[in-house]
Amino acid sequence: MSAQPNFTADKTLDCKGLACPMPVVRTKKAMEEMLPGQVMEVKATDKGSMADLKSWANNTGHEFLGTIQEGEVFKHFLRKASTHEVKEETNFLQTISNEELQKRLEANEKLTLIDVREPAEYAFHRIPVAISIPLGVLGQRLDELQLDDDIYIICRSGKRSDMACQLLAEKGFTKITNVVPGMSGWNGPAEKQ
Amino acid sequence: MMEQQTSVKAMTAHELTQLLFAQEELFILDVRNTSDYEAWQIEGHRVVSMNIPYFDLLDGVEAVLEKIPVKQKVLVVCAKEGSSIFVAEMLAEAGFTDVSYLQGGMKAWSEHLEPVKVGDLRDGGAIYQFVRIGKGCLSYMIVSGGEAAVVDTLRMTDVYEAFAAKHQWTIKHTIDTHLHADHISGGKKLADRLDASYWLPEKDAEEVTYSYRKLEEGQEIQVGATKIAILPIYSPGHTIGSTSLIVDDTYFLTGDSLFVASIGRPDLAGKAEDWVGDLHNTLYNRYKELPEHLVVLPAHFGNYTELGPMGTVSARLGDLYRNNPGLTIADESEFRHIVTHHLPPQPNAYQEIRQVNMGKLKPSEEEQQEMEVGPNRCAIHDK
Repeated sequence: MSAQPNFTADKTLDCKGLACPMPVVRTKKAMEEMLPGQVMEVKATDKGSMADLKSWANNTGHEFLGTIQEGEVFKHFLRKASTHEVKEETNFLQTISNEELQKRLEANEKLTLIDVREPAEYAFHRIPVAISIPLGVLGQRLDELQLDDDIYIICRSGKRSDMACQLLAEKGFTKITNVVPGMSGWNGPAEKQ
Repeated sequence: MMEQQTSVKAMTAHELTQLLFAQEELFILDVRNTSDYEAWQIEGHRVVSMNIPYFDLLDGVEAVLEKIPVKQKVLVVCAKEGSSIFVAEMLAEAGFTDVSYLQGGMKAWSEHLEPVKVGDLRDGGAIYQFVRIGKGCLSYMIVSGGEAAVVDTLRMTDVYEAFAAKHQWTIKHTIDTHLHADHISGGKKLADRLDASYWLPEKDAEEVTYSYRKLEEGQEIQVGATKIAILPIYSPGHTIGSTSLIVDDTYFLTGDSLFVASIGRPDLAGKAEDWVGDLHNTLYNRYKELPEHLVVLPAHFGNYTELGPMGTVSARLGDLYRNNPGLTIADESEFRHIVTHHLPPQPNAYQEIRQVNMGKLKPSEEEQQEMEVGPNRCAIHDK
């Protein structure tokens, strides 16, 4: 991706001009001060920083969302993991598997797919028909939806979408389905910004 | 920025090369990320190497201390050097006394050339092998009467220039046995710098954008007043133009057609099926007619086990017809099958590298370094 991002991070860390290992050392330190689920942008010029940050994130449980390159500068986006996301407990009863959703999309069924992850996550990896409404603003954007729409909600692992399902159910929406596990296991068609 | 003061020693690529040539014991802690390590690492007869990415050691080295031998020489390696200094210092603080880091990291290792004398030629001449140990590339300098020819010149042309200058030799010729696909040739660049002649087989030069002299079978190239002869032998297969060189009736520079432990792959410039017949003819007919005493000097080696006691890579042609797995396949159809069905992955960026060697692409120094990352994989038995 090389365009200007249309999303913002909760925190930006400047590692431009720093050589390995400093970008990862700084990122680790800065990540400790962030809240679970928040997105950090790391600006770096070291080319090795991408593979290393990605591996570091995988090893530590954080999520490496992707990189935007602007000239010499790499903008890496990472999302801090929260411990409860590792083992998900979903409460909303109506769920559907990734594979089943994929089948329904392929059959062109009339449905509304809402992606409730953060804009940065949505930007780097999403299902083409998905509409982005982050969980945090869902309550304010209900007027974009009809009460009898066939609504499918997806996030990374099924947790945030579960909360979104419960919120919509409370507001009187009737046909709501949580996609489990969600984008973390999505093998169907996907795109990025 | 990285702290410049450091308590640990730097080991240069030259020092490491000497240590590997001498087959000394060494423990290498490679702190690059695992995919980089798995793709390409430092190996040696008595080297034990272990990979723990530096970013797994940010909180300290306590967890890995027991995996590292206390009494052995330890070398920490990373991509450039910053992370290896970082980890080496932690090891030194933890009580390790013989810890160094590789100066310039794998980048410097990839570019290091070690000149080793292979032997004397008549009337005071000599032939040197330039071992690019980190990448398995071999190039040659043939000298006689104050003149020199460089064969399969690598990108680091300053090394040949400095070596020749030190001995007061004038480089008159640079020769490429074929259009290379695994590394960027320095042949044309060095020739232009020194006003020398650059030679390349015509059949590999159809798309080149620069001037060159045609390397043709039977047309001798002379080096020095005492006339050391370089005799080209057309030997297609790895590429359609591949040409081997017999030097002073003794040394046989086989380019990427024949290696010490393997044979060349025919698929880097086209389709394996098209050239496998040429390759078979070269190896099983043309080369077989040559004297067995010729000392084969290839343009590559695939594994450290091919390095001889002094660091040179060479073998008698007659011996290779008994020992080389690529020369002992009795049946041509079996040869075809092995060569076309058991090819290793292609070298990094090989198509772009060919474009560079044709003069069509002119990447920056940094881009050239990136194209050449990783092992050369020119032989069919490479991994």
